[in-house]
Amino acid sequence: MNNAVAEKRMSSLEKRKFYRNRRTKTILVAVFIFAALLGVYLSGILLSDDLITADFSQKALKPSLEHPFGTDMLGRDMLVRTLKGLSVSIVVGTVASGVSAVIALIVGAAAATGVSWLDHFINWVIDLVMGIPHTVLLILISFACGKGLKGVLIGVAVTHWTGLARIIRSEVLQIRSQQYIEVSKKLGHSSWWITVHHILPHMVPQFMIGLILMFPHAIMHESSLTFLGFGLSPEQPAIGIILSESMKYLSAGMWWLAFFPGLMLVILVLLFDRLGENLKKLMDPYSAQE
Amino acid sequence: MKRQPVLSVEDLSVSFRMYDTGLEQADLQVISNLTLDVCPGEIVAIAGSSGSGKSLLAHAVMGLLPGNASVTGKILYKGMLLSQKEKEKLRGKEIALVPQSVSYLDPLMTVGAQVTGRTPDEKTLKAQKEIFQRFHLKEGTEKLYPFQLSGGMARRILVSTAVLSNAQIILADEPTPGLDLEMAVEALKIFRELADEGKSVLLITHDIDLAFHIADRVAVFYAGTTVEIADAEDFQKGPKALRHPYSKALWEALPQNGFKPIPGFQPYAKDLPKGCLFSPRCPYKTEECEKEIPMTKVRGGYVRCIHAD
Amino acid sequence: MQIEGKNLSFRYGPKLPWVLKDVSLTVKEGERVGLVGPSGYGKSTLVRILAGYLKPEEGQVLLDGKPLPAKGVCPVQLIYQHPENAINPRWKMKKVLQESGMFREDIMGALGIEKDWLQRYPRELSGGELQRFCVARSLFPGTHFLFADEMSTMLDVITQAQIWDLMLKEVEARNLGLLMVTHNMELAKKICTRTINLEKMNHEMKI
Repeated sequence: MNNAVAEKRMSSLEKRKFYRNRRTKTILVAVFIFAALLGVYLSGILLSDDLITADFSQKALKPSLEHPFGTDMLGRDMLVRTLKGLSVSIVVGTVASGVSAVIALIVGAAAATGVSWLDHFINWVIDLVMGIPHTVLLILISFACGKGLKGVLIGVAVTHWTGLARIIRSEVLQIRSQQYIEVSKKLGHSSWWITVHHILPHMVPQFMIGLILMFPHAIMHESSLTFLGFGLSPEQPAIGIILSESMKYLSAGMWWLAFFPGLMLVILVLLFDRLGENLKKLMDPYSAQE
Repeated sequence: MKRQPVLSVEDLSVSFRMYDTGLEQADLQVISNLTLDVCPGEIVAIAGSSGSGKSLLAHAVMGLLPGNASVTGKILYKGMLLSQKEKEKLRGKEIALVPQSVSYLDPLMTVGAQVTGRTPDEKTLKAQKEIFQRFHLKEGTEKLYPFQLSGGMARRILVSTAVLSNAQIILADEPTPGLDLEMAVEALKIFRELADEGKSVLLITHDIDLAFHIADRVAVFYAGTTVEIADAEDFQKGPKALRHPYSKALWEALPQNGFKPIPGFQPYAKDLPKGCLFSPRCPYKTEECEKEIPMTKVRGGYVRCIHAD
Repeated sequence: MQIEGKNLSFRYGPKLPWVLKDVSLTVKEGERVGLVGPSGYGKSTLVRILAGYLKPEEGQVLLDGKPLPAKGVCPVQLIYQHPENAINPRWKMKKVLQESGMFREDIMGALGIEKDWLQRYPRELSGGELQRFCVARSLFPGTHFLFADEMSTMLDVITQAQIWDLMLKEVEARNLGLLMVTHNMELAKKICTRTINLEKMNHEMKI
């Protein structure tokens, strides 16, 4: 009898321990993912370009211990190429989603200031951007901006803010209607003061989560643009380039040229997604207390 | 001649697990060792301080507590122990809630549809017309959306919803704020009629002067526990008939009874005092008060105070 | 000083019925006025118009003969029924007082605000404790009128008595004008120097 009680107490204690760790665990996972992503980025930067000079004695090798991802038709190590490609992808993703998220914040907050023509105009622009097929718009902008890294960056940055802008607009509208905003006005504070002190701090979770979850999109779109030939130039080690090159040799049975880079891209994207989800768990008021 | 209670709450404790700054978590004990029952045909009024866990009790009974709440103790419906699943099954059918906030109305649905359900039959429609009339809600009100209602109208709609649900138990969480005296009395009268038909009402309210007249029994809450449960009659008579110092203070703080506030605050759930939760504000406090205080029977009512006689 | 509502009319949309029609009233400094009447007669709406939160469709609100200032510190302050909605949930209480420049010992003492509440978030305080902050931040030197819209309805009677006790002391000491909406006639009797029944003044009977 006593034993049973003690056991019950033990299990509830253990449960509590697990419970207590929920937030800690989430943070650990997020830190781990962040470290992994940073590792990929740094290895891409730090690995010498000499490692991927053409060496025809090593061409088209299957994956082995020496070349875990195999080599391509020019004898370059696919692992190094993939890492460098992912590194470029991360840079493009960071810059493009950073710019995009800032645009979203400004546009969303501006739409919610209460000036009705501005709100209508911004909503019209959002509908317009969202209405055009995404890839087509990306290609047009990238092409118009001269392709290459610049074209891709601009293209991805100016097409990804719409969803987040809508969320921020409705959040700001909702907060603007709160009584404490009315009170603040009557206490003599300006609209700008209220925006900075009351509204923007409320936007931090939405902004951060939106930013991180935009990463996967930005990276995928960068790769697909490059794959289609409207993005980075062929001499740059981008995943899109690697994948489009591999197309020529797939029928020759050189599966590793596409498989490993593609797999790594998917893993990278999933890692970002998981990072965003973890942050959401921490910041979202509905799950923050769990 | 004690009847079988339709709802009984035994030794209920509810605590919330909250994050402090960073990773530390702390328990907030918001309801401690609460015991209460309601019999068929009875109105039990719950009076007490704001933040004493009155609404949380209602939410615990309905199974509406959030995920970080942990509950110990028993909630029995007609003698049957209620699990979360059963609470969800009974919710709205056997047990109905009149929520505290008028924002519980669906903003995108006409109030008529919210009161009667989407496909009401003749009988429900007739009942709805009747109750709207009693509440002085003009014809056509059922076609309005919540944002077109005043606070008092929304409150009456919420009460109508629970009344039309045909539930055995109605948990009314503050059904009267925003209502003028006539309407508040009308709402309470409707509850009285329901009780007289054999249903049970748990009436959580700050309008205690009204509640004292309509209820059968009154439970006084303080800092998450019951400090006194007694016949409503005692509360009409005044401090002499009451048992707990907090109940007496409540009575004397009513505008018509002197409007006299006692000093001090209800303790914060993070650091509750030892023993009697009211002791920091109590004029009769002795060392004994720091021990666990059980509910004891005094003059036919129950009180959680060792100095009561 | 006095605040005057002249022939105020209001409705929430051009085709909706009038909530207020042709209502006039005046509140002078040092006066404590109770606004009573059945629910749905526009008591809250009237108070919000007088405090400058809503624009009347017809009529005007005058403070000593001049329109209310649209910007800057407002001499008319409104205290709401639900303090938890009137305080930014992400702010610590100290910041709430600082926002209005009322982080001052004398004010906190007068309203019985405990030191250790200042480091808490709004959700860690009860309604009565929060309401003290709402009153405190409204009592800056430029305030001449306090409007209270069912300010103590959601509070228990002890807290209600506490708050009114503290607030009346300040109102008297500063000779403020007070306009309170309430359904509790007993409360109005205790507090007000006169009461106005909106049912008799509002010329539009509504829903």
